[in-house]
This record gives sequence, structure tokens and C-alpha cells, in this order.
Amino acid sequence: MTPSKSSNKSLGAQLIGLTRKQLFIPIAALLCLIIFNLIADPSFFNIKVGLNSAGQPVLSGYLITILDYGSELAILAIGMTLVTSASGGQDISVGAAIAIAGSVILKVLCGNESRPEHMKAPIIVAFLVACVVAMIFGAFNGALVAFFKIQPMVATLILFTAGRSIAAWINNNELPIISDESFSYFGTFIPGCPIPTPVFIAAACMVVIFLVLKFTNLGLYSQSVGINPHSSRLNGINPAIVKLITYVILGLCVAVVGLIKVSRISTINYSVVAKDIEMDAILAVALGGNSLGGGKFSMPASIMGAYIIQFLTTTLYKFNVNSSALPAYKAVVVIVLVVLSAPVVRERINRLKKSSSKTAKEVA
Amino acid sequence: MKNQLSSKRGLRGMSDTNLLLLITIVVFVLMYVLAIIFLGSGFLKPQNFLNILNENASLIILSCGMSLVMITGGIDISVGQLTSLVCMSAAVYLDMPNKPGNVATSLCIALGIGLAFGLVQGFLVAYLEIQPFIVSLAGLFFAKGMTTIVNATQFNVENKEFVALKNTRIYIPFLGSYNKKGTFIPAYIEIGVIVAIIVVVLLFLLLRWTRLGRNFYAVGGNNQSARLLGINVKRTKFMAHLLCSILAAIGGYVYFMHVGSGSPSHADGAEMNAIASSIIGGTMLTGGVGNIIGTFFGVLSLSTIKNIVSSLGLDEAWWTNITVAFMLCLFLLIQSLVLRRKAGAGKK
Repeated sequence: MTPSKSSNKSLGAQLIGLTRKQLFIPIAALLCLIIFNLIADPSFFNIKVGLNSAGQPVLSGYLITILDYGSELAILAIGMTLVTSASGGQDISVGAAIAIAGSVILKVLCGNESRPEHMKAPIIVAFLVACVVAMIFGAFNGALVAFFKIQPMVATLILFTAGRSIAAWINNNELPIISDESFSYFGTFIPGCPIPTPVFIAAACMVVIFLVLKFTNLGLYSQSVGINPHSSRLNGINPAIVKLITYVILGLCVAVVGLIKVSRISTINYSVVAKDIEMDAILAVALGGNSLGGGKFSMPASIMGAYIIQFLTTTLYKFNVNSSALPAYKAVVVIVLVVLSAPVVRERINRLKKSSSKTAKEVA
Repeated sequence: MKNQLSSKRGLRGMSDTNLLLLITIVVFVLMYVLAIIFLGSGFLKPQNFLNILNENASLIILSCGMSLVMITGGIDISVGQLTSLVCMSAAVYLDMPNKPGNVATSLCIALGIGLAFGLVQGFLVAYLEIQPFIVSLAGLFFAKGMTTIVNATQFNVENKEFVALKNTRIYIPFLGSYNKKGTFIPAYIEIGVIVAIIVVVLLFLLLRWTRLGRNFYAVGGNNQSARLLGINVKRTKFMAHLLCSILAAIGGYVYFMHVGSGSPSHADGAEMNAIASSIIGGTMLTGGVGNIIGTFFGVLSLSTIKNIVSSLGLDEAWWTNITVAFMLCLFLLIQSLVLRRKAGAGKK
């Protein structure tokens, strides 16, 4: 093999390697969306400073909306990625669990009154209680998956069915409203800060998960359990415990999102809050190029996937797509993305590339 | 160990299926008998039982399709929204402002929608090897959006031909009850029930005695060994998804005949009910285990428990969901124990 040939090959291999990188699909999707918006209407990227209802200067614009609402999804995607990786399945009960967490927060803050003048407990206490409750529900899911070996989707179907009912039951089906302004800081803006708070919360979650993955074996263990539980058991990892832990972590993420959700509107609507968010969270993981069958994962790709989904949703809203018709467009985009990232299709494209480069060489 | 088991899969798999089927039927009968004993004669009336069938005919059909897919190891969560889309499309067609459409064409439209969904989803799952969950999730979104694009509000169909069909009752001779005045009210079923029963029987025969049906079990039990046995795995998966979507369209039309209206909120969450029914009926999501008769009883069990909860006077809406979830949990634990028994037997 002559050196020139090998360098030629390495360039081609590099190109192919680039398309094979896990971050390729999400970044390509994001670029497509950005270019589409640039062509269709560049004002999409405008960011304005306006005054909100409280008279505070805040940033507004479509990009801010994406960052704001995408944060919830990103937090969920963190937990969902771990669950997917370790158990090879998805938790479809996160929406229902968010309703429970939100309901618990309101219950602790409001007690038995539906419109208390003052909060009955500090917000941090309410949040911690919600965390514990959400983690218990996560552990319930995790136990079904890990110890009883029930497929994750089916095991979480239980909570999916019962969750919103439990949430309504906690507050006796009343909709408590919190009038205290400080409670709304978590979902909207802290006075004096023009950036929506959920962005900071999401950033904090990302830092935490980055540190956890960096300094603990969680990532390694969950991947190895996801790839082969039997051999990881032989290597001294307890697969059941690892799976359980991932579900508990997802529970924690759910509690954080629950806080943001109830804080946004200072109340809750059990049947509507976080509706279909589980689908978006799973899509985020899939868009990130992670296998839904478990095993290797890339956390940045998942988080990216979450923001892309929000980008897509916001883009569609901007073009005055009716909110109930929105899923149809989303579905088309999702199918295109998933088809492009399907291993079979990728292989075929790569083969096409190779054969075309071969013919090019022959011609030369 | 898994490979060892798979060599004996045919026999063991069937015995699992039968065991789970038995549990389902026993639980259903037990529940119904207890309901008769403790909740009075309401449950003794034939019409009460037939009403369960009348209300759940479409769910039976949907669950049968779901079971097929689950037996091959896949899942299809688009069936509920597909039902809604079929209802809405048929309703809009039947009540076109200028000239009302005829029923036969509306049925064709319904089947066409099912066929289109089945072809696309089956192709994506089987030939492009994309996870069935994601594919049908996209299908769910698409159907949901399309329903509101077709028409965003609820309306009742007033097409005479259709209303006549909708109100057709099939009276069952010798069954019925006397009302307070002493007049005899014969028990009836709707057309949908007949369709559902035909579907159940046909699918039972398909799974039991045709090559395609046996292939479903083989592919779901072990993909690799099925391939080595010379089964066309891709085609089998494709067929399962195609059949599921077509059945969803039929179920959708039956639902339409029951409610007689089109609405974006129709059959909301039906896919989860269908999955729950299949699981209660002894189908496993891992594939290779399941039975249509079990699914049939799964639907009956699910709706009987809902009936019991509402006649207990627990009117708050949440009790139904919580009981259903509890029941699902129970059945999953039973399945898990059955699997463990099998694993224990395999070790010996």
C-alpha cells in the first residue's frame, strides 16, 4: 500500500467516521432546523429584552423559549438515558410521576387549604419531600424491573395508569393555588435576572450528572449491565442494584421537573400537566443516537436531543401550526431522523459512498 | 442457559402460554362469581355481561392485534390514536355537507388508513430495523395530529344509513330479564360484538394452525433460531405489524359504530388498555408467549373490574385507574413468577 493511497483512505474513513459519530445525527438535525429557520424567517433568532408582568426586565424570543422549556426535557432526558442504558427499556410513567411530585409539593405547601395566604412550609422542605416520594415511585418501578424482571415499558405502565389518579387523590382532587410570589421563581424568573430559572436548574443538573459520570462508575456499570447483565454479574456488578439506582435517579429528575412545572403556573392540573412528556423524553434519547435496547450511551447527545425536540416544537408553533395538529408534523420529522440514523440505512449509505468512490477511482 | 431453553422452546413456550391462559380465565371467573355474590343480582343479568361485550368490542379487536405484535416481540402503541383517526375520517366522510357518503366506502376508507399505517410501520420495523416502540410512537403522533387536521371538533354523525347500522341490535333468544313491570326485555348485542368474535376465532385459528401463526411464536421466542430454521423473520414481523394496524382500523370502525361520532379525544389511551389486556391475558412483551383467547379474557377481566369498582360506589375517577394498575401489577408479578419457575426448571 502506498502512502498516498493510505492517506486517501484515511480521509474517506474520517468522513465516514464523522457520520458514524453519535453526535453527528443530533448536530445535523439541529443544523437543518437552524438553516430552515434562517431561510424561512431570520427573526426567529431575535432576542428582545422586555418587561414581564412584574415589571422585571427579562429576555424573550423563540430561542429563550427553547432554552426555557427544553430544560425540563433535558433534565428528564438525563434520567431516561441512564434508565435506557441499564435496563434496555424506557420509563413511560414520567409524566404521571411529575403529576405526583407536583401534587406532593402543593400538598406540603398548602396543607388542607386550597388557597392559603402563606405557605405552610419552606419550599425546600416541600421539594425534598417530593424528591423522596418521586424516588420511592422510581424505586417501585426499578424493583419491578430489576427484581421481578418485568420489561420496563410494561412495569412502568402500572404507574402510568395510576399516577395521575394518585396525584389527584393526594390533594383530594382540589387544585390548590399558591399566591406567594417566591414560589414562582423556579419556573419563571428570579427578580433581577433576565434568564429563565429552569435554564440554571438544568445547567446545575448537567454539571451534577457530568461529575457523577466522571467520578463514579455509574456510567460504566449501567452500560455494562445494559450490554450483558450476566457477564457483568460475573464481573462482580450487581445488575439489579444498578438498574434500581438508575430508576431512583430518574425519580430525582422527575421531582425537579415537577417543581418547575408547578412553579410555572403556581398550581396544577392533574390530567394535563406534563402530558405526553414521556414520549418527548424517550424521543430525546433516541434522537441522541442512543440505542433504545440498552448499552452504550452518550449523555451530551441525549441532552442535545431534548433541546432539538423543543426547537422543533417551537419552530412549528412559530409557523402557526395548531397545537393539536403539531404531533403530525413532529412525527414526520422524527421518522425522517430515525430512518436516517437506522443502522441498516447508514450501512447502505456508506456502501453507496464507497462504491461511488471506487468508480471515481476507476474513472481516474 | 437461554440457548438451552430455546432448543426446547416449542413445548415449554406452549405450556407457559396455557398456564397463563388458565390463570387469566380462573381469575376472571372468580371475579365475576364474587361480584355476583357480594354485589347482588345486577351482575347476574345476562344484559350486564353482554354490555361488557358491547362496550369493549373494539378493545377486544385492538388487543388481539396488539397480542399478535407482542407475540413477535414488538409493540404497537399507535392503535389508540389510529382508532380515533379512523372514527374521525369515517365520520367526516359520512357527513359530507353536499352529498352524504355511503357506509361501504367509509369502511373502505377505514381499512385503507389501517393498511397505510400497517405498511409503513411494518416496513420501518421489519426492514429498516428501527425499534417498534419509536416507530409506533411516531405513528401515534401522526395519527393524533392528522385527526385534528381532518376535523378539530366533536360531532355526531347523522347519516341515515349509518345511524340505522349503528342502532341495529341483535337480540339473543331466551336470554333477557324482566323489568319492574314484569315485561320481558330481551338481551341484545351490537354488530361490533359479532365482528369481535369473528376476529378472535379467526386469529385463534391463524395462530394455532397456520404457518404464519406458528412463525409469529418462533420469531418472538428466538429471533436467531427462527432465522436458522429458515423462517423469513423480516416478513413475519412485517405481517404482524400490518395485521395489527388493519385490526386497529377494524376496531376503530367498531368503536365508531358504538359511539357514532368523531372526536379527537376518542379512544384516548386505548393503546395502554390494549397492552394491559394482552398482559392480563398472558401475553408477554418479551415475545413468544401469548394466546388470543387469553387476550379476550384479559379484556373481559379489565372491564369487569372497572364495573365492580363503579358498582362499589367508589365514584371518584381515580379508583378505577388505581385498581386497574393494581391488577396489572398483580398479573405482572404472576408472570414473573411463572418465568422464574421456568428458569428454575431449566437449571435442573
